Amino acid sequence: MAWTRKLLRVNLTAGTCTEEALNMEWANDYLGQRGLATRYLVEEIDPMCDPLGPDNKFVMATGPLTGTNASTGGRYSCLCKSPLTNTLACSNSGGFFGAEMKFAGWDMIIFEGKAAGPTYLNIENDTAELLPADDLWGKSVWEADKMLRAKHQDPQIRIAAVGRSAEEGNLYAAVVNDLHRAAGRSGVGTVMASKNLKAVVIRGTQGVGNVADPKAFMAATTAGKAVLAENPVTGQGLPTYGTQVLMNVINEVGALPTRNMRETQFEGAADVSGEAMHEPRKSDGKPNLTTNGACYACTIACGRISTIDRTHFSVKDKPEYWIASGGLEYEAAWALGPDTGVNDIDALTYVNFLCNEDGMDPISFGSTVAAAMEMFEDGVITTEHTGGMELKFGSAEALCWAAEMTAKGEGFGKDLGLGSKRLCEKYGRPELSMTVKGQEFPAYDPRGIQGMGLAYATSNRGACHLRGYTVASEILGIPEKTDPLETAGKPGLVKAFQDATAAVDSAGLCVFTTFAWTMDDIAPQVDAACDGDWSTERMMEVGERIWNMERVFNAAAGVGGDQDTLPARLLNEGSNSGPAKGKVSGLKEMLPEYYELRGWNADGSVTDATKQKFGLPA
Amino acid sequence: MQKSLHIDPGKCTGCLQCESACSLEQEGLFNPSKSRIKVFTFHDEGRFVPYTCTQCDEAWCMQACPVDAIVLNPLNGSKDVKSDVCVGCKVCTIACPFGTINYNADTGKVIKCDLCGGDPACATACPTDAISYIDANATGLDKMRAWASKTDNASNA
Repeated sequence: MAWTRKLLRVNLTAGTCTEEALNMEWANDYLGQRGLATRYLVEEIDPMCDPLGPDNKFVMATGPLTGTNASTGGRYSCLCKSPLTNTLACSNSGGFFGAEMKFAGWDMIIFEGKAAGPTYLNIENDTAELLPADDLWGKSVWEADKMLRAKHQDPQIRIAAVGRSAEEGNLYAAVVNDLHRAAGRSGVGTVMASKNLKAVVIRGTQGVGNVADPKAFMAATTAGKAVLAENPVTGQGLPTYGTQVLMNVINEVGALPTRNMRETQFEGAADVSGEAMHEPRKSDGKPNLTTNGACYACTIACGRISTIDRTHFSVKDKPEYWIASGGLEYEAAWALGPDTGVNDIDALTYVNFLCNEDGMDPISFGSTVAAAMEMFEDGVITTEHTGGMELKFGSAEALCWAAEMTAKGEGFGKDLGLGSKRLCEKYGRPELSMTVKGQEFPAYDPRGIQGMGLAYATSNRGACHLRGYTVASEILGIPEKTDPLETAGKPGLVKAFQDATAAVDSAGLCVFTTFAWTMDDIAPQVDAACDGDWSTERMMEVGERIWNMERVFNAAAGVGGDQDTLPARLLNEGSNSGPAKGKVSGLKEMLPEYYELRGWNADGSVTDATKQKFGLPA
Repeated sequence: MQKSLHIDPGKCTGCLQCESACSLEQEGLFNPSKSRIKVFTFHDEGRFVPYTCTQCDEAWCMQACPVDAIVLNPLNGSKDVKSDVCVGCKVCTIACPFGTINYNADTGKVIKCDLCGGDPACATACPTDAISYIDANATGLDKMRAWASKTDNASNA
C-alpha cells in the first residue's frame, strides 16, 4: 500500500471539503504524485481552459514513498494547467509539507473553482476547513507564515503559501512551503492565488503505515541510503557545496549561459560558486553558507542555509534580512548571477531571499531580468520604463531593485512579472526571449551540452532541467560518460532520462538521488512499499506512460510538436568561447530520431498505436 | 559497558530520519509526531538540534510517578514506562526538567525514550552521526580529542 488511499477534494466556489477514495486502478498505472495527479487533471479539466479561470484545477499530490523513511521521501508536487506555458504544470518541492500531508492521511488535495474572497485551507488529520484569509492577503509568504503560527498556536504545523507576486498575477509565481522550499516553476503559485487560495496549513499525527512488506522495505531503504552515502556526488559533493558544486564545472565546459545566453562562460563564475559560499567574508569573518539543511528524510542534505553580509548595500538598513535562510542553489545562482552578469554573491543571496519571501521562481525571474537587460542595452527599454534605473548587465543594484519591484508587482516589476517571452514580445524583440513554450531556460547552454537542447525542446513543461537531466551523463558521467558536444545517441539518452524522472517524481522521491541511484535501487523500495510487483521495467513503463499522457494533454491544449524548438540564438549563433566554441545546438539532427524512438508521428504527435500501448485515456 | 545517546547538534541536518525511525520502532509506523526524539529547527539561526531523554540516574519522572510505572532497565540504564501500569496522571511530565517525557492523548499513557532496549533506532538511522550510542563514561572523548589535536607539540619537534 503506502498510499493512504484517500484524497481531499476542496471546492472553493461552494466552500466544501470532501473525502474521496483514491482511484487505485489509476494508481497502478501512474503510481502517485506527478503521474497520478496528472491522470486526475486529464480526466477533470478541459485542456483549453483558461489557466487563471475557475475551470482550471490546482492539485497538491504526494507519492507512495512520501512520509516514509526512504531517503528523500518527503516530496510533493503542485499541478495545474500553467499560465506561463499553457502546458501541464507540475512543480516538485521538498521541505516537510508533503510528508505532513501524508501524516494527516491524504495522498492528494484537489482544489477546484474559486473562492469568493481570500481563503486558506486548514487541515488537522481528517478535519479540513476553509477559513478566511483577508488579513493574510497582501502579505508575503514569510509574514503570512508568522501570522498563521500566531493564530494557530501550534509550532508543529506545516505551511505552504503564495506571496504578493502571485497575488499580483506574476506568471512565474511559486508555492513556497517551510519558508524556503518551493514548487517553483511554471506559475503554479499564480494559479493557486487565482483561486483566492492564500495558504494551506497542515498538522498530521496519524503517520504513514500500511507499507506492503515492512521488512523488505527497511532492507531496501537501508541499502539505498548506503548507496547515497558512498557515492562521491550524493555523499560528499552535494552536502558540501549543494547543487552549487556545478557552477565552476559548467563554466569550465563552456556551457554556462551568460548575459541572456549571448555568451557561454562567465568571468565571475568563481565569485558566485559553491566554493565561494564557504569563503569567510571581510566584514564578520563568516562565510555565506551557515550550514547545509535537509528536506524530510533526506540523507543527502544538499540544501543551503545562508546569511547575507550585514554591511552589504542590499540589507544594511534591513535587519529583517540578517537571518539565516534558504541560500543559493545552482539554478537560482546561475539565473541571478551569470545570466544577468552579476558576480556579487550577497546581492544574489538577497534576491534569492526575496524570491522565497514572496514566492517567485528565481530561474524565470533571473532570465527575465537578463532579457530586459539586453533590451536595455539595445535601447528598447529605457530609464523611462524603469523609472530611472539603469538596467545594465552586471549591475547588482539593478538586480536587487528589480527583485524588490517584481516581488510586490510594482512599477516595472509588473512587466518583469510577465516572464521573458511576453516581456520581449511587449517590447518588440521576441527573439531575445530565451524560452521554450514560454518557460525560461535553466543553467545549461545546449550548445555546450547537446543533449540538454533536445531535453529543453521536448520537455512537457517548457525549458527545464528536471525533466531529462542528461547533464548527469554528458558532464558527470552518470550512469556513463557521453560526449557533451556530440548529438549521436542523445535522443535515446534524453528519452531514458525523461521516462525515469517521471517515475522517480511519481514515487515521491527526489530526482537528485539519481546521481547515485539507478532504477534498480529505486524499484525495490517502491516494490516493498506498494501492492503488486514494481520492477525496474514496470517503473520505466510507468514513466513512459506518464510522459505520453502529458504530451497528449499539451497537444490538446494547443502546444504541439511545432513548439519543440529552441530560440534562434541557440540554433544559429555559435558559442563564443570554451570547449564548445563555434558550436550551435544540433536539435534538428536529434528531433526526428527522438520522435521515432517515442513511437510518435513525424510532426511530434502521439500515434494512436502508442496511446493504445500505454492505455492512455481517449 | 553502559552506553548512552550522544548528540552533536553541529552535525545535524534536520532530516528527521531519527524521528521517523523512532516512531517506527515504538509505534510501528512512520509518524514523527509520536517520536521520542525531537529535532528542533532554529530557522533564523540556521541550527538544528536533536533532543531526547538523557536517562537521569535519579530520574525525576521515576521519583514522581505515584504508581511506579517508570522503572529502571538494569541492562542499559534506561528508565522505561510500563504502559500497563501508567495511569496517565502526567505528574512525570511536570517533574521532568527537560520535557522529554510526554503524554500521548491517543493512548492515555506517557511516552519516553527507552533506548529501544539497548539498540536505539535513532542512532542507527542518523546519516551524519549527529546521534550516536557510545560508552556512557566517555561521551566527552570526541571533544577531548578535538581539543587535544590543537595542543602544541612543538617542543618534541
